[in-house]
Amino acid sequence: MEGMSREDFRVIDRCLMIRLPEEIDHHGAGMICENADKFLVREEVCNVVFDFEKTRFMDSSGIGIIMGRYRKIACFGGRVYAIHVDRQIRRIFQLSGLNKIVEVLES
Amino acid sequence: MKNEMELIFDAVSDNEAFARVAVAAFIAHLDPTVEEMADIKTAVSEAVTNSIIHGYENLYGYKRGASSGTAGESGSPGKVRVHCILEKEILHVEVIDQGRGIENVEQAMEPLFTTKPELERSGMGFAFMEAFTDELEVESTPGKGTTVRMVKKIGTGSWIDA
Repeated sequence: MEGMSREDFRVIDRCLMIRLPEEIDHHGAGMICENADKFLVREEVCNVVFDFEKTRFMDSSGIGIIMGRYRKIACFGGRVYAIHVDRQIRRIFQLSGLNKIVEVLES
Repeated sequence: MKNEMELIFDAVSDNEAFARVAVAAFIAHLDPTVEEMADIKTAVSEAVTNSIIHGYENLYGYKRGASSGTAGESGSPGKVRVHCILEKEILHVEVIDQGRGIENVEQAMEPLFTTKPELERSGMGFAFMEAFTDELEVESTPGKGTTVRMVKKIGTGSWIDA
């Protein structure tokens, strides 16, 4: 997977932490979804945390990744969080209405 | 001052990053703000991705389903053309494909509308293009292809919070 490795997916306390790559577009989105879903099925994951620390670019594919994971865990009461969110990504959250389902944690 | 450039590349998802970075580099000398740069890159990325996955239906970026190889290996993936004209600080971008076209442009532009829900994309592509540029125009003929025209003023320096 381009720009991502096994260490970018970690489960801590039933919480799946995903360290997102520098650029999030359609090209890499499928791999992120597929890998995340492996954890969501295999491990007993309640919540998902998306870490944007490395991310410098995101288009609407990123919204799809987050919405898709949210749908998979929301029915079991899971929640979606985002950390290290910069101004541009915050703006994309607002534009897409994603800020209604994702809780942005200040760090 | 008028400056013009044109890119023609294979409609495969590997080229999404190339296209947006190339357009960003084309306007770099205007000293755009970080936000303007991000806006342009996002808008170009949305338009080019649409051409690739909807226009030419090259979905391999997802590595899902039956097709194991890349779209490029199974015949021609088709070409996407990105045409930019810079007139002073106004950037005109055209993203042109000769793909399948859009039956109902108005419907396609509705936020959250998608013809490929299985791809788990957000249906926000056109909404993003509209939000991140000053003007957006979509022209499409089913079976012939689609042209997306976007206009963006660079160097306004204004930041408008959504």
